[in-house]
Amino acid sequence: MADDKDSGEMRLQEIQKKIKDAFEVFDHESNDTVDVREIGTIIRSLGCCPSEGELHDLIAEDLLSQVSSRMVEEEEPTGYIRLEKFLPMMVKVLLERRYRPIPEDLLLQAFEVLDSAKEGFLTKEELVKYMTEEGEPFTQEEMEEMLSAALDPETNTIQYRDYLAMMVIDEN
Amino acid sequence: MGSGSSTPHHFVLQKAESAFKAAVLIQRWYRRYIARLEMRRRCTWSIFQSIEYAGQQDQVKLHDFFSYLVDHFTPSSHNERSFLSCMFTEKRLLKDPEMEKYCDYESIEVPDCYTGPHLSFPLLPDHATALVEAFKQKKQLHARYVLNILHEARSHLMQLPNINRLSTGYSEEITVCGDLHGQLDDLIFIFYKNGLPSPERSYVFNGDFVDRGKDSIEILMILFAFMLVYPKEFHLNRGNHEDHIVNLRYGFTKEVMHKYKVNGKKILKMLQEVFCWLPLATLIDGKVLITHGGISDKTNLELLEKLERHKIISTMKYTKKPEKEKLVEEGRSSSPWFPLKSRSVPSSPLRLSPQKGSRSASIPCSFIPNRKEISKRVRKSVQLELEKCWQQVGFSEFKIQEELPFFPPESELDPCDLQGVDYEEWKQVADILWSDPMPQEGCKANTVRGEGCYFGPNVTEQMLQKHSLQFLIRSHECKPEGYEFCHNRKVLTIFSASNYYEVGSNRGAYVKLGRDLIPHIVQYQANKATHTLTMRQRISRVEESALRALREKLFAHSSSLLGAFKSYDLDGTNFITLSDWSAAVESVLHLGLPWRVLRPQLVTHTTNNMLEYTSWLDDLAKEQLSHENIQSSLLEVLYRNRSNLETIFRIIDSDHSGLISFDEFRQIWKLFSSHMNIDISDESICDLARSIDFNKDGNIDINEFLEAFRLVEQSYLEDKDLELKNSETSHSSCSSHGIH
Repeated sequence: MADDKDSGEMRLQEIQKKIKDAFEVFDHESNDTVDVREIGTIIRSLGCCPSEGELHDLIAEDLLSQVSSRMVEEEEPTGYIRLEKFLPMMVKVLLERRYRPIPEDLLLQAFEVLDSAKEGFLTKEELVKYMTEEGEPFTQEEMEEMLSAALDPETNTIQYRDYLAMMVIDEN
Repeated sequence: MGSGSSTPHHFVLQKAESAFKAAVLIQRWYRRYIARLEMRRRCTWSIFQSIEYAGQQDQVKLHDFFSYLVDHFTPSSHNERSFLSCMFTEKRLLKDPEMEKYCDYESIEVPDCYTGPHLSFPLLPDHATALVEAFKQKKQLHARYVLNILHEARSHLMQLPNINRLSTGYSEEITVCGDLHGQLDDLIFIFYKNGLPSPERSYVFNGDFVDRGKDSIEILMILFAFMLVYPKEFHLNRGNHEDHIVNLRYGFTKEVMHKYKVNGKKILKMLQEVFCWLPLATLIDGKVLITHGGISDKTNLELLEKLERHKIISTMKYTKKPEKEKLVEEGRSSSPWFPLKSRSVPSSPLRLSPQKGSRSASIPCSFIPNRKEISKRVRKSVQLELEKCWQQVGFSEFKIQEELPFFPPESELDPCDLQGVDYEEWKQVADILWSDPMPQEGCKANTVRGEGCYFGPNVTEQMLQKHSLQFLIRSHECKPEGYEFCHNRKVLTIFSASNYYEVGSNRGAYVKLGRDLIPHIVQYQANKATHTLTMRQRISRVEESALRALREKLFAHSSSLLGAFKSYDLDGTNFITLSDWSAAVESVLHLGLPWRVLRPQLVTHTTNNMLEYTSWLDDLAKEQLSHENIQSSLLEVLYRNRSNLETIFRIIDSDHSGLISFDEFRQIWKLFSSHMNIDISDESICDLARSIDFNKDGNIDINEFLEAFRLVEQSYLEDKDLELKNSETSHSSCSSHGIH
């Protein structure tokens, strides 16, 4: 078989090509830059699952070429990210296996935590309240989209076990 | 964290913390899911676009090939001459009486059994409304009325200037719509949502009414009817698809011949005479310029206003004035007419410049100096080919002119009138109809489409300043949201054919302008099915369709792919790495797609991250072919080129009978394949021709032959429709739409 070092090198190259391909999908002007607002999508599509806060930190610390001396928490980053900055950072993230996806059972537990009555489902109001007021709140669009797939219109509830099961199948 | 104390206060705090954490977890997970969907959506979009533009390039190559033939061969016998002239030149019926006679409608009787709408002329608003209603009920307008409308439309259009000038002072609001491409549902929806045309409600339709969709003729009838009824309020611009040569490939010709079996030819001929009279542009309040494609840095409104637009029958073929010299391609003309072996087909629009980041690269022009060399080489090989072919079919020997340029004196081609316009004028129109905006500065040849330019923000700015305009409205490109601003909001693309690539692929839109000339956009999606689907289901469905089209393309290049794979597998193990797979596929298909991102959808069985490529190719083949499972490289070649084939057939079949002779087919296929560098032996061609001459009468029925390929596609589509119906009725979300 190939040398360990060689195969490590090959693996690195493969990772780099993968990152470049994903980056290029959003590089509309074909000049190796993407709008910073699309970075989250690119990072997530490469297999990572950062929270919004983690994403924000990544961008602020590593990526923006011009960072204001003190970046306010609620401020939306603007501008463009260059591939030459993104690539090494992303390689590191992938090699260090940061922001791993969430295992199914943990997700289930999360839903169960929110299900205070322990009935096996969440009401629409409950889900909306949690998702738009707790954690890193959803926008209205995100909320609507989640409901469109998760909500059982007959009972106006979210049967979260079924919902999760369906999403997991779809992911694979 | 307390040490086990369980005061209520503390308990609540813990609970709140866990609720917070749980919410973050769920949100994190969900956002990742959405991001992956978004990535899939983008990739799907680029698949469709690359394939669409690759098809357009083929079309251009095909035409360049024919132009080359016209320019370089002297037919030396009457047979040859009539064969060539039938194929390559147009019989213009310039004189009115002749045309009236040929496209006469008065002698056509409308039978009593006809249940469609009856029209009387001059048309009244009620007639136009009745047409809309009738088409909603799937009725077909009788050929007599079709021809009548076309006649009237032509008379009306002839009076219009090249650039139509409108004012918002006249009717307060003007609605501008983009490409419709034969999608009647969208037109009906626009009228439903925005209201029917009336003296108070002006409309401008910005070209590409026909092709691709299945109701092109109905759309034309409605548009022309309203134009005749409200001449001051209802306006049309010409698009690049209002062109009989483009129609041959993209379905309008086929639609007309299918719906009007007896009078189709007349209608098609008449259409040529109508399309060329469509105005080239519209100007609102002297401030907003509306053209179908865009502009170039050479666009000259004064020149555009003066030229004789009706002489440009087609922007795909430049017909010369007899005394002028042969076309000399200037620095920025359309792509080289000859597909050079060393040069790859320009990749998808995602990769506009071959050197990434470089702004001023103009692509094909550097090849122009070598043209003469190349044409000499080409001529030699083609000469040999042709000689063989002519001999096989019994034509007498012929000579090829040694000198360039060649141009037959008018007298030899009697019924053909080759009167044309200046090259410069022709190019002005081609630019208006075919150009696309680009983000980079500058102006360069539009190699993806083969005609027109890519124009940058500085070109737009120059144009706006020169003519004191506020912004441009154009169409020509499909956009996911139905519209898109660019060039600092100075260019608005408006596209009105929703679900263009596939149900759920994109919205349509139209724009309303009031006195203030501020654009108000209205979006829609004219298919109820999509409303019941979640985003995931919509994306999945469209993605399925794109992947299917992509797999088809992959299959069609099986032999080349095998060769490419083998070059990465020098040890002959039958395995290659996935990375090499990506590189190999791009080197063969040249679609500029993100293969590594797409790979999980296209390659499902791997061992140790390696792919056994022969079985992968076999799987592709099994999917694509019908149960007869014919495995031959010839079939693959035909399949890949079936659009080209169909176009060639229809050109040869100049009387639209649906039949071409066995010999015609063989000759043309031989010539075509040698120019497109398709490796095919003489024997195979003869065998092929013989086998598709089903009833052995020396004629090939085009439709029967193409039917074989359509059947494969059709069964896929039917299956998908069935799946969609099933998923709508049962509420449970379907995993059948999930990715493989």
